[in-house]
Amino acid sequence: MAIVSRGFRGRPREDGAALPPGQYRTEDFPVLSTGPTPRVSTDRWKFTVTTEVGVEHTWTWRDLLALPHEKPRVDLHCVTRWSKFGTTWQGVSLDVLLDGVETTADHAMVHSYGGYTTNLPLLDLLDGQAWIVRRYDGADLTPEHGGPARLLVPHLYLWKSAKWVRGIRLMREDAPGFWEAVGYHGYGDPWREQRYQGD
Amino acid sequence: MAWHVATVVAVRDETPVARTIVLDVPSWPGHLAGQHVDLRLTAEDGYSTQRGYSLAAPANGHRIELTVQRVEDGEVSPHLTRVVEVGDVFELRGPIGGWFVWRPEDTAPVLLLAGGSGIVPLMAMIRARRSPVPFRLLYSVRRPADRFYVDELRNPPPGVDVTYVYTRNPPEDWPRPPERLNATDLATAGWPADLTPDCFVCGPTGFVEAAADLLVGLGHDPSRIRTERFGTGGD
Ligand SMILES: Cc1cc2nc3c(=O)[nH]c(=O)nc-3n(C[C@H](O)[C@H](O)[C@H](O)COP(=O)(O)OP(=O)(O)OC[C@H]3O[C@@H](n4cnc5c(N)ncnc54)[C@H](O)[C@@H]3O)c2cc1C
Repeated sequence: MAIVSRGFRGRPREDGAALPPGQYRTEDFPVLSTGPTPRVSTDRWKFTVTTEVGVEHTWTWRDLLALPHEKPRVDLHCVTRWSKFGTTWQGVSLDVLLDGVETTADHAMVHSYGGYTTNLPLLDLLDGQAWIVRRYDGADLTPEHGGPARLLVPHLYLWKSAKWVRGIRLMREDAPGFWEAVGYHGYGDPWREQRYQGD
Repeated sequence: MAWHVATVVAVRDETPVARTIVLDVPSWPGHLAGQHVDLRLTAEDGYSTQRGYSLAAPANGHRIELTVQRVEDGEVSPHLTRVVEVGDVFELRGPIGGWFVWRPEDTAPVLLLAGGSGIVPLMAMIRARRSPVPFRLLYSVRRPADRFYVDELRNPPPGVDVTYVYTRNPPEDWPRPPERLNATDLATAGWPADLTPDCFVCGPTGFVEAAADLLVGLGHDPSRIRTERFGTGGD
């Protein structure tokens, strides 16, 4: 039973159909990161998928630009409780990038410039659920928001959408990434409110 | 992670718009400096909402402290800074966060960069210090009236140096014009990069971005710079 907070009314309720439990809506785009913002120039940017047997598939910035792009319009849910609706991005679907990659792995570890990592099941990167995006709201992605390119996996809490992405390592066994190793949930589904380990 | 019941045992004004709330949490498991809690408020009609608040001090038995700065049009902070009084009961869970933390057994020199209410988790680190590890705090505020923990920081323990940066209205006799934290401040009042200090930066996004970039520019190892962002605005 929840304890009522004396005198607390809260904001007028929104109908909130699209708001996962414990989230509130914001029009801002707050930033969350663990250290200084890495500055990665597009001339030295590379994106590498490494399979469980060590085969590497690498794309330069130019390679990325040459691939077919999509314009996902999605809602974002951050574990610090804000949700932002209807954000527009431009980038390459992971279905395209993983198309020629031969693997029997079930798990993926995403790596970023600056050392950040996050893990998720490979299936969550496929079937139109994930993109490497390089534009937000009609402009190139700024470094604070993960530019030149970040992962976008909007159906999971935003810490899974690694900024400054540099590659994905496919793994037979699951392993925790950066936040997952310090108490955050392994999967991070906002609709099941999987914020912390054990949720 | 379990929910705890917390009872307000004291409130203290820090500034006209910020207040420290001391809570008694009988089931509190303890925490590290830099961690935070999620606080849940529930209205009569069952509507509830949650926000994160840094722990402002090490646990004192079952007692924990938060300091909340009012965001005028906010939903939760006006309630916490205006309405809350001794005897009120909340639910909270924590401690949360295992990265932006300082442990009393750490031995590297510590550099703390605070912007506005970002002082809160950094104050917890100062208050958790038990050894002679040298600390330097640079605390950026708009004007003197915005400072939290004024008396405590006026006479810091030996080995803790406190430097203020005023960005709008400095005190009368202040030797320099109002200005944002810059590389000279960090060179004179921070630690040189060769000492490999542990750096903790907390405040609104603009402050954290600028301060962390300055540190990297001065040669600090990015992996020793930990950041936490909160305070109005986002970016
Ligand atoms: C890890 C962490 C630690 C933190 N520690 C502290 C701390 O120690 N001290 C502290 O004071 N704060 C801290 N914060 C910030 C705190 O969680 C809250 O964000 C802050 O108190 C503001 O909450 P609020 O409900 O008053 O404002 P909100 O209602 O969240 O509003 C914040 C801003 O967004 C706008 N906004 C958002 N939603 C709406 C809406 N539906 N309608 C209109 N406007 C809206 C408001 O205009 C306002 O400017 C921390 C945050 C995190 C993530």
